[in-house]
Amino acid sequence: MTESVALPAEPHHAARRGLMRWITTTNHKDIGTLYLIFSLIMFFVGGAMAMVIRAELYQPGLQFVTPAFYNQMVTLHGLIMIFGAVMPAFVGLANWMIPLMIGAPDMALPRLNNWSFWILPFAFTLLLLTLFLPGGAAEGGWTLYVPYSLELGYSFPFMIFAIHLMGISSVLGGINVIVTILNMRAPGMTLMKMPLFVWAWLITAYLLVAVMPVLAGGVTMQLLDHYFGTHFFSVAGGGTPLLWEHVFWFFGHPEVYIMILPAFGIISEIVPTFSRKPLFGRTSMIYALASIAFLSFIVWGHHMFTSGMPVSADLFFMFSTMLIAVPTGVKIFNWVATMWRGAITFETPMLFAVAFIILFTIGGFSGVMLALVPADFQYHNSYFVVAHFHYVLVTGAVFAIMAAVYYWLPKWTGHMYNEFWGKVHFWLSVISVNVLYFPMHFLGLAGMPRRVPDYAVQFTNLNMISSIGGFVFGASQLIFVAIIFATVYGGRRAEARAWEGAHGLEWTVPSPAPYHTFATPPEVAG
Amino acid sequence: MKHQGFQAWIGLALVGAVTVPRTMAASLYNLPRGVTPISHEIYGLNMMAFWIMCGIAAVVFGAITWSIIFHRRSRHPKPAGFHESTVLEVVWTVIPFVILIAMAVPAARVLLRAENVHHSEMTVEVTGYQWLWRYTYPRWHINIYSRLANSSLRIAPLNSGLSPYSVPHYLHSVTHPLVLPVGEKVRLLITSKDVIHSWWVPDLGVQMDANPGLVNSIWVRIEKPGIYRGQCNQICGWGHAYMPIVVVAKPKAQFQAWVREWQERHRVDADDASPPSPQGS
Repeated sequence: MTESVALPAEPHHAARRGLMRWITTTNHKDIGTLYLIFSLIMFFVGGAMAMVIRAELYQPGLQFVTPAFYNQMVTLHGLIMIFGAVMPAFVGLANWMIPLMIGAPDMALPRLNNWSFWILPFAFTLLLLTLFLPGGAAEGGWTLYVPYSLELGYSFPFMIFAIHLMGISSVLGGINVIVTILNMRAPGMTLMKMPLFVWAWLITAYLLVAVMPVLAGGVTMQLLDHYFGTHFFSVAGGGTPLLWEHVFWFFGHPEVYIMILPAFGIISEIVPTFSRKPLFGRTSMIYALASIAFLSFIVWGHHMFTSGMPVSADLFFMFSTMLIAVPTGVKIFNWVATMWRGAITFETPMLFAVAFIILFTIGGFSGVMLALVPADFQYHNSYFVVAHFHYVLVTGAVFAIMAAVYYWLPKWTGHMYNEFWGKVHFWLSVISVNVLYFPMHFLGLAGMPRRVPDYAVQFTNLNMISSIGGFVFGASQLIFVAIIFATVYGGRRAEARAWEGAHGLEWTVPSPAPYHTFATPPEVAG
Repeated sequence: MKHQGFQAWIGLALVGAVTVPRTMAASLYNLPRGVTPISHEIYGLNMMAFWIMCGIAAVVFGAITWSIIFHRRSRHPKPAGFHESTVLEVVWTVIPFVILIAMAVPAARVLLRAENVHHSEMTVEVTGYQWLWRYTYPRWHINIYSRLANSSLRIAPLNSGLSPYSVPHYLHSVTHPLVLPVGEKVRLLITSKDVIHSWWVPDLGVQMDANPGLVNSIWVRIEKPGIYRGQCNQICGWGHAYMPIVVVAKPKAQFQAWVREWQERHRVDADDASPPSPQGS
């Protein structure tokens, strides 16, 4: 490390070529790229499962798959989209951008970094292979509620092992992010001067380190119940199935914020750039992130309002959940205030960011409605919930990821993407995604449960509309892939500062960013 | 089919602008008003929250739209420099807080009423199985197994070649419904014999998990005779979609007649002389 400081801008060893470069790399940019490519592949794998689901739901009656296979699709779609697509995408962005944004030469723990990525392909290969075991893959939904999940056949231990691997990968990634941000900032980059994306990731990383072990502990308890005669979750032996729900959601709710806080960070970078105005209320944005993260630990019971918790617990979780709307509202208002009286242009990243603000807010509205316990007695586990979490995770997290890719693609590749096709991708996505998810609100209110392969005929029309939206949304993502390929291999040259309104250290290095950057720490103006 | 799709679009466009008339059987776009005091209150909460959210949406989305139209560079080339305002920040922290309290208080009131199972007049035990419900009336030793009706069962399998439209209430009809009296406070004790199920009847405003080894209680007081349909709402195996719930609410006299008829048919020792409702209160 010390030698490399003495030889700025010179690689201190020749990069390996071909496959071995990618397997042995400890470079944060290479590993970031690997994460992003892996995530993109998983988006399509999980997306293909969503297409199976939407095809089966296109009309009542079973047309394509058995109920058991449908349940496997539902379960794997959830696990893959969460752990394989959204989380690795954010870790990839963190790997690429955090060192560039804080003026560090690399992540603090480069070998660990390599390992945390390379665990993932094995974890997901294992998970996907369970589809081919006798009895098929896991069926109980990504929430793995006991005792249903203990009824699984051969796939059960493989799935648990895959989840352990994902957890190890996430925790190691989280530790790396924390250590990097706390130790590797350029001189003059105080904590409060850090870009919002870095702040969001610092907080996210703490959430990861705090809750992934809880999931690991929980699934290990399931493993023990299944094979070693313990009774954590069976009443007959003094346990209770509700224990799993508590353990799972104590992990599960912070997990939800793990998938949205980095998105908040991305939007807080993009909106000021294209509004040509500094972020409004920067300090309160940071405090809002921190309070959302804190609150995420005390709201898990809102996933369990129908489980038969005592009234006092219902009341506590209702109030704490509603409280989250306050800091989240602050974030939304501050983004709007950032746009207010700016000089806004609408390049593709900004389009996705504005769509994020509006559509994530719609997800927030249904979230507040779901927090009202008696109303949740009707909404719970219905398609209203499916609509809610797809608005926050697809038009929220995924739109933010797409915005980030368009925003930083010039920095990664040295080329500008094709703006026309970017806009085509945006408009097709934003229209189809609403055709896909908006009708689900009505389906849920009218009484359609989630996780069913077949339904009563009065739900047909809205399901058809939703499926058509789903097919168009899925197909539109092929444009996204084509744009990425085209930008990697060609396109107009990007300047160091690809966007005229952009500020931040990442725009001071050339585009594409050289293999090694900030071997000498940059000066951050006081 | 095409025509119906078009109607659905119109419905989408109109929802929120039009309130569903009271006389309409069941809305395809909103919660049912239902037939219990709690379901009415839930409907009220739902509409209150919906309109408050619409109000907030109008303000926030209005501001965004205004910015998009008037603060784009082509119309507003010189960006303003402001990036802080303590007053504004306090305002948009306090106002949402007040709105949330305004929603939380009535919700808490309804919750306390919904969870108060005291002073019930009769009890029914509801037990979930993979994949059927069992209803037990302890006072009369009535035991009902309620499965998916054969009419739906024939159609449901993959490639059955039969149309779900060919029977009434596809997937929402059962062999033997739960029969309840109108006007009485009925306590439901809900549990499961295998995995977690959930007993959900939207018209009654009730959804409660059936946990193996644990008993949850909830109550209903049905106001109107009728047939109310729901289904299991917790994924419980491949048959999850095939364990519907049908509740038939009968006026008290007819309900008592039904009890007598059931007992005669099943030659169970009638126990009508026992003290009224030992399970209640």
